[in-house]
Amino acid sequence: MTRQFLDFEKPVAELEQRIDSLRETMAAPPAVSGEAAPAIDVAAEIAQLEDKVDRQLRATYAKLTPAQKVQVARHAQRPHALDYIARLITDFVPLAGDRAFAEDQAVVGGIGRFEGQPVVVIGTERGFDTESRIRHNFGMAKPEGYRKARRLIELAGRFGLPILTLVDTSGAFPGIEAEARGQAEAIAASIDACLTAPVPLIATVIGEGGSGGAIALAAADRILMLEHAIYSVISPEGCAAILWRDAAQAPVAAEALKLTAADLQRLHLIDTVIGEPIGGAHREPNAVIDAVGRAIASALPDLLALRPEALLAQRREKFLAMGRLG
Amino acid sequence: MSWLTTYVRPKIRNLLGKREVPDNLWVQCDACKQMIFVKDLEKNLKVCPHCSHHMRADAAERLAWTFDDGQYTRIELPKAPHDPLGFRDRKRYPDRLKEARAATGHDDALMVAHGTIGGEPAVVAVLAFEFLSGTMGAAVGEGLVAAARLAVLQKAALVVFTASGGARMQEGMISLMQMPRSVIARQMLREAKLPYIVVLTNPTTGGVTASFAMLGDVQIAEPNALIGFAGQRVIQQTVRETLPEGFQRSEYLLDHGMLDMVVARRELPGRLGTLIALLGHGAAKVAA
Ligand SMILES: [Zn+2]
Repeated sequence: MTRQFLDFEKPVAELEQRIDSLRETMAAPPAVSGEAAPAIDVAAEIAQLEDKVDRQLRATYAKLTPAQKVQVARHAQRPHALDYIARLITDFVPLAGDRAFAEDQAVVGGIGRFEGQPVVVIGTERGFDTESRIRHNFGMAKPEGYRKARRLIELAGRFGLPILTLVDTSGAFPGIEAEARGQAEAIAASIDACLTAPVPLIATVIGEGGSGGAIALAAADRILMLEHAIYSVISPEGCAAILWRDAAQAPVAAEALKLTAADLQRLHLIDTVIGEPIGGAHREPNAVIDAVGRAIASALPDLLALRPEALLAQRREKFLAMGRLG
Repeated sequence: MSWLTTYVRPKIRNLLGKREVPDNLWVQCDACKQMIFVKDLEKNLKVCPHCSHHMRADAAERLAWTFDDGQYTRIELPKAPHDPLGFRDRKRYPDRLKEARAATGHDDALMVAHGTIGGEPAVVAVLAFEFLSGTMGAAVGEGLVAAARLAVLQKAALVVFTASGGARMQEGMISLMQMPRSVIARQMLREAKLPYIVVLTNPTTGGVTASFAMLGDVQIAEPNALIGFAGQRVIQQTVRETLPEGFQRSEYLLDHGMLDMVVARRELPGRLGTLIALLGHGAAKVAA
C-alpha cells in the first residue's frame, strides 16, 4: 500500500521519495550509455537518508500540536478495530444485530480469547477502503449499533466475560433515521449498560474518541489511550464553528479542548497513555497493536481479582470523581 | 381555548391596552405573532393564550409551578471546579460564568429543590436554560448526583426538567464525563426503587439527551419541544435531505416510541403527582 503523508510530514515524504528512487536505481540494470553509480555508494546514501527520516520523524512526532494529533488520529492507514481484533483475539466469533431493527456494522463485536481468557470485544470500525467505509458507515454508529453494543455488554455480564472496547469514531451518526429510532436513548442506555456490567471493562481509544458516540462504549474500569489518539466532547471543527463562529479556527479549538492523551491523563480522565511507534501507529501497525495488547494484559488481572460488587463500586467511584472539586 | 382566543381575548386586550398598561408589558408570541398581556401570560404559565405555544420558562418558574402551592426548599449544590481547562474562545470561560451568574443569580445551570407534588414527596432538579444554555459541565453533573442522593435519603421521587444545548464545551472532556456521571445519578434512584421521571422541555439536545434525559421510568415532554441528539444543521449537512415536518419535536418522538406522553404545562403537576403516587406506593410495597 502506498504510504499516505500528512501535510506536516512533507519533509519526510520527500526524503522517502528519494530513498524509493535510489532503490529503483539499484534494482535497475546499468544503463548502456551512462555509468551506473556503484551499488555500495547508493546503499550508503539510502542508509544516510533513512537515518534522516528517522530523526525527522522523531523530531516531528515529539512535538505534535493538538491539531496535528487530530490528523494523525484520523489517518486513513491507522490500524482499526478489526486489525486489533485480528491480531489480539483468537477464536474470534463475530456477533451481529440489535434484535430490534438491524445489524449496524459501524459497531463490530463478538466473543473470543484474549491471551487465552474468553472475552467480549466491541469496537467502532471505520472501514479501510471506499466499499468497506460505506459498509461500516465511516465508524459512525446508529441506534442499532449502540443497542447491539448494549446487547453484547449484557451478554458478557451474564457469562462473566471481561469486556474490551476499541473506540475509533468521529461520533454517533447524525441522521434523520438515527434520530427517529432514538439515537440519544441508545447512547444513554449503552452508557448505563457499561456502568452496570458486573465484569471488567477496559476501553481503549485507538484513534478518534468522538463525543457521545465514544463514551457510549467507554464508561469503563480502565480507559487506555494511544499517544496520538484524541478524545473530545466535540470535534475541533464543530467547536470552532460554534464558539468561534469560524470552522477555520479548528486548530485553536483543538488546543483549547485539551483532547490529547497527555492532557487527559493530566486531568485524570484517562488511566494510561500507550506509546506509539516513531511516526505514529500507521507506520508500524503491528507494533502498536501489540503495545495495546500488553497494556490490556497488564490492566486485566487486578480487575479480574475483584468481586463484581467491588468492581462496580470502584467503577462508579471513578466516574463520580470526574469533575468533583478537590 | 379557541373561542376564547377569537372572541374574548382581543376585547380584554384592547381594554387593558388603552387604559393603564405600558407598551413594554406586552409581548409577542413567537409562534402566532399575536400580542399578549404579560400578566395574562404569567397567569397562563407562559403558554400563549392564543395558540398554546409553550414559551421558555426559567428554573425558578418551573419549581414554583411544579410543587404544591408553589412551596419548596432549595438545596445548595456542591461547588465544582472553576474553569478546569483554562478555556478561552472569543471570551474567557470565567468571564462567561461571571456574566451568567450576574444575569441569573444562579451559580450554574442546575437548581434543585424538595417539597411535595400532589402530596407526594419529591425532589425536583431543573436545568436552567437561562444559564449558558443549560449546558452540562461538572457543576450540573455534581448537582444531579446531589439531587439523586437527596431523593434516596428522603425516599422521594426525582423529577428532572431538562432544557439544554448539550455539553458545556468550555469544560471539554470533563463535560463529556458528566454523561456517565448523570447516568449514575439515575441509577441511584433505580437501586432505591424510587421513581425517576423526566420532563423534556424546549430545547433538549446533545449530551444531555443522550444521558440522564432519556432514562426516565416515565418520559414526558411539553408540547412541541425540540428534543434530539444531533443538531438539525449537522444532520442536514450530513444527509443532504429536507428534514421531515415536526422532526425532533415532542409529538414526533411520541410517534416514534421515545416518550410516554406529551403533557401541556398546566396539566403537568397533576400528572406528576399521579405518577409518583402510583409508582411510589409500588416501591413501598417492594420494600416492605
Ligand atoms: Zn401564540
